[in-house]
Amino acid sequence: MSLNAPNHKVCTWTLDYDNPASLATYTANGGYEALRKILSEKTPAEDIIAQVKTSALRGRGGAGFPTGLKWSFMPRAFPGDKYVVCNTDEGEPGTFKDRDILMFNPHQLIEGMIIAGYTLGAKAGYNYIHGEIFEQYESWQQALDEARTAGFLGRNILGSGWDFDLHAHHGYGAYICGEETALLESIEGKKGQPRFKPPFPASFGLYGKPTTINNTETLASIPWIMRHGGQAFLELGKPNNGGSKLFSVSGHVNKPGNYEIPLGTPFADLLEMAGGVRKGHQLKAVIPGGSSAPVLTAEAMMACTMDFDSISKAGSMLGSGAVIVMDDSVCMVKALERLSYFYFEESCGQCTPCREGTGWLYRIVHRIESGRGRPEDLDELLRIGKNIAGNTICALGEAAVGPVASFVKHFRKEFEYHIEHKRCMVGV
Amino acid sequence: MLSAESLALIDKEVAKYPSEHKQSAVMSALRIAQVELGWLSRDAIEYVANYLEMPAIAAYEVATFYNMYDLAPVGRNKVTLCTNLPCQLQGADKIAEHLQARLGIGFGETTADGRYTLKEGECMGACGHGPLCLHNNHKMHANLTPEAVDKLLDEMK
Repeated sequence: MSLNAPNHKVCTWTLDYDNPASLATYTANGGYEALRKILSEKTPAEDIIAQVKTSALRGRGGAGFPTGLKWSFMPRAFPGDKYVVCNTDEGEPGTFKDRDILMFNPHQLIEGMIIAGYTLGAKAGYNYIHGEIFEQYESWQQALDEARTAGFLGRNILGSGWDFDLHAHHGYGAYICGEETALLESIEGKKGQPRFKPPFPASFGLYGKPTTINNTETLASIPWIMRHGGQAFLELGKPNNGGSKLFSVSGHVNKPGNYEIPLGTPFADLLEMAGGVRKGHQLKAVIPGGSSAPVLTAEAMMACTMDFDSISKAGSMLGSGAVIVMDDSVCMVKALERLSYFYFEESCGQCTPCREGTGWLYRIVHRIESGRGRPEDLDELLRIGKNIAGNTICALGEAAVGPVASFVKHFRKEFEYHIEHKRCMVGV
Repeated sequence: MLSAESLALIDKEVAKYPSEHKQSAVMSALRIAQVELGWLSRDAIEYVANYLEMPAIAAYEVATFYNMYDLAPVGRNKVTLCTNLPCQLQGADKIAEHLQARLGIGFGETTADGRYTLKEGECMGACGHGPLCLHNNHKMHANLTPEAVDKLLDEMK
C-alpha cells in the first residue's frame, strides 16, 4: 500500500515495507506530495480546513472533538507568533498506537504537522513525547533532521518562501500532561498542572500565544486527507465518524497489538483480528477506549461497532481506541483497585476533590479487595464519585470516577461477594 | 558540576525554544544531569536552574513533579516495572514476584551492593507488548518472562 491510492491503512501502510520509517520509503510512496502541492499552489487555509471538516476527522486522543472545527477556532490572521502542538503523551493505560506511528511512520506525522502549521499560520510546532518512550523520542528527532535536510522544514520550505520548524519535547513521567493545557505548562518548563479554561489554547496557548493541540494519529491522518480529499476519508468510516482508526488491543487476547480498521467495524471482527480470547476462557468485560472509559459487559460490547457513536450509545466512550479485554479469570475488584491506584498516583494535586477523592476511592476499593470492605462502601464510592465529577479544573477527576461507577454498576455482585465473604467469587 | 558534553546537550535543547523561554529546556536539562550524575541532588537542581537563568524553586518543582527524576541515589541499574492493568492482565504480577524474589528487595528498594533498584511504574504506553520494564528510564524491554528477566538482570553490570 501507499499514500498514492486511497486505502484504509491511513497511518500504518508503511508496515508493508522493509524500512517503514525511512524518508525514502515515505517519499517513494507519495509522502510529502500533499505538502508540495499545497505550497506550490498556495492552497488557501480555508480550503484545507474545509477538507478536514468534510472528512469528519475526530480527535484520536480521547475526546473525539471534530478536528476541522478545532482548527477553525484559530485566529489565523492574528499578528504575532502562533503554535501547533502534537500530543504524543500517550499514557492512558491500554493505549500504545502513537508510539507505533513514531516508530513506523514518523514522516507522515511530520508532514501532517507541517500542513497544520501552514494552515494555522504557525511559526513552529512541538511534539510532546511521553517520558517512557525515550527511544521513540530520539528516533523521531532523527526523522526531523532528515526532513530538515530534505528541505521540508526550516527556512524557505521547498522554495515557497515560508519558514516553519518542528521540535520534539520529551516528558518525564506524568500522565496529567496528556491534558492539553497541562502539556502546554510542561513545554513551558513548569509542573504539569492544567489551566483553568477559558481562555482556550486557540486564544491563549503556548507562551500565551494562539495554539492548536492535536493528537499524533489525528495529525498523521492529515496528509492522507489532503491527498485524497475529505470525502474519501469520510467514506472510509461512517457519517460523523470519518476514516479509519488505530485500535490498541491489550489484555486477554491471543494477539495483542494495534489494528487499523475503518470506523464502524464490528467489535467481533476486531476481537477476531486480535486472535480472540485465550483458549478455554470466555469474554467477560471490555474497556473500549482506554482506562478512563467506562467498562462494558461482554454482551454489550459484542453488540457494538467500533466508532464514537456506537460506543457512546452503549454507555462508554471510544476514547483513544484502547481496547482492554478481560476474560472470565479476572477479578473485577482487583482490576478496579489497580486502575484506582493509577488515578490516585497521577492526580496532579491542584483541585481538592480530585487530590483527596482519588485517594478515598483507591483506599475503599483496596479495603474491599483486601477483605475489609463494609456493606456501605459501594454507596460511599458512588457518593464520593459524584462529589469529584464536575468539581475539578480538568477531566482527570471524571476519568477516575468512570471506572469506579461502571465497575460497580455492571459487576456489583462481585463487589458485594467480596464484602460479604472477604474473598473473591472468581474461580470459586 | 556537569561535563562539557552534558552542557552541549542542554544547549541543543535550549535552541529548540524561543530565546526568551530557556526554561522550556528544564525537563531535558534535568534528565541530562541525571544521566551524568546518577540522581538529582539539590545542588544539581540548583546548578541546572542557574544555567537556565530560572529560579531554583521552579526547577525543584519540576524535579519533584515528574516521576522519572530520582531525588535520592539509586542503584546503577534502575528497573521500573509497569504494573498497570493491561500489563497486569498479561502477567506483570508474576514478573513483579520474580524480580523481587530474585533480587531480594521490594519496590522502591536498592540491593546492598548498589547494583539494582526496583521501582513500580505507571503506564509506559506500550501495553500490547507487556509485561514490560524500563532500564535506567530510557531503554524499554518488552514481552518479559521470568527467563528473559534473569538474562536481562545478568547483563546489567
